[in-house]
Amino acid sequence: MKKEEEINFQKSDDFSRTMIPGSFARKMRTCVIWQFIRFVIINIKMIIVVGKSH
Amino acid sequence: MARLVVLGGGVAGHTTATFAAKWLGSAHEVVVVTPNAKWNWIPSNIWVGVGQMTKDEVTFDLAGVYAKAGITYKQAKAVSLNPEGNTSSDKSFVTIEYTGQDKEGTSENIEYDYIVNATGPKLNFDATPGLGNGEGQMGDNTVSVCTADHAVHASHKLTEAIEKMKKGERQKFLVGTGHGMCTCQGAAFEYIFNIEHELRKAGVRDMADMKWISNESFLGDFGMGGLHMKVGGYVVSSKLFAESLFAERNVEWLIGAHTSKVEAGKVEYELLDGSKGEEEFDFAMLIPPFAGVGLKAYDKAGEDITGTVFAPNGFMKVDAKYDAGAYENWKASDWPRTYQNPTYSNMFAAGIAFAPPHIISKPMSSPNGTPINPTPPRTGMPSGIIGKAVAHSVCDLMTKGESAHLHEASMAEMGAACVASAGKGVFSGTAAAMTVYPVVPDFETYPGTGRDTDYTFGEIGLAGHWIKHILHFLFIYKAKLNPGWTLIPE
Repeated sequence: MKKEEEINFQKSDDFSRTMIPGSFARKMRTCVIWQFIRFVIINIKMIIVVGKSH
Repeated sequence: MARLVVLGGGVAGHTTATFAAKWLGSAHEVVVVTPNAKWNWIPSNIWVGVGQMTKDEVTFDLAGVYAKAGITYKQAKAVSLNPEGNTSSDKSFVTIEYTGQDKEGTSENIEYDYIVNATGPKLNFDATPGLGNGEGQMGDNTVSVCTADHAVHASHKLTEAIEKMKKGERQKFLVGTGHGMCTCQGAAFEYIFNIEHELRKAGVRDMADMKWISNESFLGDFGMGGLHMKVGGYVVSSKLFAESLFAERNVEWLIGAHTSKVEAGKVEYELLDGSKGEEEFDFAMLIPPFAGVGLKAYDKAGEDITGTVFAPNGFMKVDAKYDAGAYENWKASDWPRTYQNPTYSNMFAAGIAFAPPHIISKPMSSPNGTPINPTPPRTGMPSGIIGKAVAHSVCDLMTKGESAHLHEASMAEMGAACVASAGKGVFSGTAAAMTVYPVVPDFETYPGTGRDTDYTFGEIGLAGHWIKHILHFLFIYKAKLNPGWTLIPE
């Protein structure tokens, strides 16, 4: 069965020795609801780092 | 009334000048000397370079903003410093040469009580034969996104390449660093993935071969020796994530490379193992190495003291430990805290203009003796924080006297938030959102990774793109000194 996300592994030795996200991980990257949640969490994390740095 | 002169109007210089003007009020004078008429939010040049933003969207005129802030603005470049004055006066002064305001080419001496060198870098294209034009400017063989004008030019070239692909002509894209001692890999990283994103949108991705060339010894070094993040219960090197993204987007890589020569359609390079090779391209964006802007310094008698004030690379010496020696002896405490020049206490440097004590990544060189390692990045957040700390110190010195406490902002004790775009789009865009804490690894405090893994993280997604886009508007709003600007952190 052809899995689009796995095709690049065969394109070079370098590619074959790393990890490539599967279709679910890729979809979650642009899933608006999930990314809104991540947006809130990342902002909180960044604000903490910014606060520690000033 | 005392006078503070700030050389440079980039992130560090603008931050220093605007906070100093706010804190000093009309009791003292703040002068900004910058050769540019416009302020540029450089992180968004990436999007100009792929035609997703215009130059006007990433720049604004400085004159009106400085007039509003009560800052004396001189559109000029600094030429030399006389920290001891000259034979006729003990007063420190800087010699400038106008580049605008209808005084082009005119020289002027500006006396100062305190000076902050925030000139940023000289884009040293000529360090690599063929990368520059032999006159200090970018050559014709490659493009750049270092300035807004460069990015506009790059965008036009990209459009031409896309048109060729639509007509069936395969194109090879080569993006990365143009010398073995470059920094700013992050900008090149953003650019190659934004190109890849645009090629997909244009429906020509299958007509493009894409390759990354970099002086990093491993993907994901970014001039910071890489970083480790907690992901899925593991603590993982940025190498794994960077390689994953390159593999996912079908971008080959060539690392540990010193680009030694650039010709039309071809680069020559030397690798860390000493081997040499060539890489052909149809479109190349190679970041130039950075150097100091070439300021000279003279003592009271007119003798050249440039070597006393500046490091050999042209950046200004500050309170860093420059004699740390070999890599094994490097410590976080080598990094400067106050950015005060050790020879002249009324001189400071901020942002890229200060001379780092050494690089951050592990030093590497080829068997031929060619150094191939990234030089330290000083991105917007550290530059802004340093600029603000220096402004605070200078203001205290001016208002409380020479015994005032100096404010500190060591890169080994501050973190940085960084958002690296991998493609623009409200619903299709992605960016790697990262924080590192601290910027310079401290292996004494954090044995193992050198950083606090509770505050060092990264992930790629649409949320990162939204953050980068919001930051674009937020920092331009802040730089324009609009209401509430001081509430927005650097």
